[in-house]
Amino acid sequence: MPILTLLVVLAIIAVAGYVLGRRRAMASADGDMRKLHSLPSYYGYNAALTGLVPAALVLAVWTIAQPMVLQNNVSDMITTEVADDGALSLIMSDVRRLADGLDTAVAQGALTPAEAANMTAEGTDVRGTLADVGVALGSEVSQDVLGAAQAYRAGSATGNLIKTVLVLLIAIGGTAFALMKTTATFRARNTVERGVMAVLIAAASIAILTTIGIVLSLVFNTVEFFRLYPAMDFFFGTTWQPSFSGRGGASELGLLPLLWGTLYISFVALLVAVPIGLFAAIYLSEYAGPRVRAFAKPMLEVLAGIPTIVYGLFALLVVGPMLKDVFGGDGALGVAWMTGDRSVITAGLVMGIMLIPFVSSLSDDIINAVPQSMRDGSLGLGATPSETIRQVVLPAALPGIVGAILLAASRAIGETMIVVLGAGAAGRLDLNPFEAMTTVTAKIVSQLTGDSDFSSPEALVAFALGMSLFVITLGLNVFALFIVRKYREQYE
Amino acid sequence: MTASPKSSLLTVDARTKKRNAAEKRFKAYGIVAIAIGLMFLVVLLTSILRSGLPAFTNTVVALEATVTQEDYDAAEGQLLKTAAYEALLVAKVNEFLTAQGSTIEVDEDFITDRLVPKTGATIREFYKANPDQIGQPVTFNLPASTRISRYFEGDLLREDVTDSRFLMVEDLDVVDEMIAAGLITTAFDWNFITGTDTAVDNPGGAGIGASVIGSFFMMIVVLLLALPIGVAASIYLEEFAPKNRLTDLIEVNISNLAAVPSIVFGILGLAVFIQFAHLPQSAPLVGGLVLTLMTLPTIIISTRASLKSVPPSIRDAALGVGASKMQAVFHHVLPLAMPGILTGTIIGLAQALGETAPLLLIGMVGYVAREYPDGIISGFVDSNSAMPAQIYTWAARADTGFYEKAWGGIIVLLVFLLTMNLIAILLRRRFERRW
Repeated sequence: MPILTLLVVLAIIAVAGYVLGRRRAMASADGDMRKLHSLPSYYGYNAALTGLVPAALVLAVWTIAQPMVLQNNVSDMITTEVADDGALSLIMSDVRRLADGLDTAVAQGALTPAEAANMTAEGTDVRGTLADVGVALGSEVSQDVLGAAQAYRAGSATGNLIKTVLVLLIAIGGTAFALMKTTATFRARNTVERGVMAVLIAAASIAILTTIGIVLSLVFNTVEFFRLYPAMDFFFGTTWQPSFSGRGGASELGLLPLLWGTLYISFVALLVAVPIGLFAAIYLSEYAGPRVRAFAKPMLEVLAGIPTIVYGLFALLVVGPMLKDVFGGDGALGVAWMTGDRSVITAGLVMGIMLIPFVSSLSDDIINAVPQSMRDGSLGLGATPSETIRQVVLPAALPGIVGAILLAASRAIGETMIVVLGAGAAGRLDLNPFEAMTTVTAKIVSQLTGDSDFSSPEALVAFALGMSLFVITLGLNVFALFIVRKYREQYE
Repeated sequence: MTASPKSSLLTVDARTKKRNAAEKRFKAYGIVAIAIGLMFLVVLLTSILRSGLPAFTNTVVALEATVTQEDYDAAEGQLLKTAAYEALLVAKVNEFLTAQGSTIEVDEDFITDRLVPKTGATIREFYKANPDQIGQPVTFNLPASTRISRYFEGDLLREDVTDSRFLMVEDLDVVDEMIAAGLITTAFDWNFITGTDTAVDNPGGAGIGASVIGSFFMMIVVLLLALPIGVAASIYLEEFAPKNRLTDLIEVNISNLAAVPSIVFGILGLAVFIQFAHLPQSAPLVGGLVLTLMTLPTIIISTRASLKSVPPSIRDAALGVGASKMQAVFHHVLPLAMPGILTGTIIGLAQALGETAPLLLIGMVGYVAREYPDGIISGFVDSNSAMPAQIYTWAARADTGFYEKAWGGIIVLLVFLLTMNLIAILLRRRFERRW
């Protein structure tokens, strides 16, 4: 039974469970609702949920686990020499595609089920047959792969049958069990609420699961990478030169040039964002009247709502050429500092624009949190408003502002689209901000797009880069939040 | 005792002047900072509009032709059927030129290669679909070639034209005649909004429609997963969670996930959904799952804020008349918090809609979205692009003709974002309650 039909059947069983549970409860109370422990609908929900939830769980787990188990079983059937896990995973994806192709062929009537199950690679032109029904295979099919695909199909057919029967049995069994327990004295509300509570806890735990997922996917692949490529060379290498032609050895994958590019661009971005953002926040919170504030604050925040791809395109097509017109070879200054549109300063400037509202609204909140009495005291002693701000308000708000700047820095380090489009592709350790450099995030993208072979060090390095990025931004965030929290407590 | 320096409240001494000047300067810095910020916004928006609006229009050449039944049969009988229709257009243009008193004669290459490329097929399909129009005069609005539309719009000057297979200098005389006769005009390009992506050599025909659908299916996944999970998690944390280790752990996790770079979520999606669970690459389902995980912290944070803003007296009243804690929350607190929750959800969705980096890693960029999905299931699991991924794809292509499309795509994306944010603001205005 296809999964969608199965879900519909489950839903029907649940609705039936609800109606029956409710009716049974009312019947057991002789139609008098006051004799029931809970409201009648709770008996209905109880019957519906007892059937639905375990069945749905089994269905989900089975659907996810079945392909993995099957793949494990049929991978033994591949007898040809395989170089490593990567090559095996490629063969297995061929097997899956072939199995899907056979399914399509049977569904379209090009093959009978018996033909599909018994065909041999020598006897028939498998590739041609499948091409006729619109399934394109990359290479000729070997007997091993065909056999594995047939076993895979047989396995998944059996698996699907067992799954359907099991899920339906559990659903009907659960509903029947709940109906059996339904009497006037049964505490249906407490049972249902316990169930709902479990669902709520499960939903809240997804945050933990996500973190675990991130950490595991990074750690496993990073460890895999360090088996192929020495960790010391990665962390302290000063050259970034991946080659996709040869595996290992030929590539130089040093983190330092990327880290340098990342930090340099972030530094330029903060150089733009911090003064503008901070002064804007000071003006908005200390000087501006309510009308200016009501206009300027949302307008600045529009900058924060614009997607980063827009900033990326802005950097590539507007800011880059504009800077080149000024600092390039035939530019207004005639200094020839800049050779291409992409550079550290292009990406940094645009990223700075993106961060202005981030810095300004965080600083605005923090400056507003400084108690008015401190300002009044300073003004009362004869200080001008600017002296008050510089000597009283800002020192009081300093830890919070530092926290805000750190959060902005972590944003800048993790930003992807602007640097992918605006910063360049070559890893370089250089001081000239008009030179194109690349960053950790840009290289994660370029190492992982297009290539589905995850076993070469050139692809796996992206996970090590992701790990470094995750650790750096996490550290910055934790530190920044710590500072901001600590500061907030002082005046509350 | 020395004579004290003369000081008076009426004349400002040098030190006060300096202090006042410093005050003015400081205030000016603030104004300048805000002005710079607003200027960036204006520059950004004007460059988007200036570069993007042309993507919504194209230059069309209106050619009237009457195809008789004999012409049609003759054309269908030939080997190169589309060329036969193009020959009809050549005759038409020459007739027009003679009527205008011009002595120029055009050939087939002019029509098919330089004025309205690949146009025979359009005409043939029209007559195959509308056989009743045979014998009637029909005006075809055919999209002009890139160079001729640039000439028409004034971006390309006659002096700059050199003879090539794309445009000859003498062609411009014909074009001038046609412009004077009002045959070449600018029209709204519906194909950009409803069309699909094209191969790398045809920037003019590319449309964003298919990727809008891709984004739509992704947003459905995000809405269906992130809203219930986010609300459930917030209810637990805000209303039920005991103060213990587990709760602390969840809270720390949520606040950290909110600050994890989006590309890391892309890595998670690649490793877990594609590498491990073998879900199809570049499917809106996978994109939706990744964006769900990314949006969850935002939705949880805003939902908790709106649950917190419902005053405790509501809960106390419900408990007082005998509701269970769960009933008090689900029957009273949650409905009252719903407007705030929806506002937060829409803002979270808008954020997810514009997010690009994770989509790059799950393969939405390499895919050329040439077809609309066949149905609902196929919309979720078949490869498709999404708006931001499509914009990135266009921006990364070598042909600069796609840049205009990328800017146009940005306008479409921003219109969606603006609408969503406006809905959120209106919801907040309409339903917000102050207790």
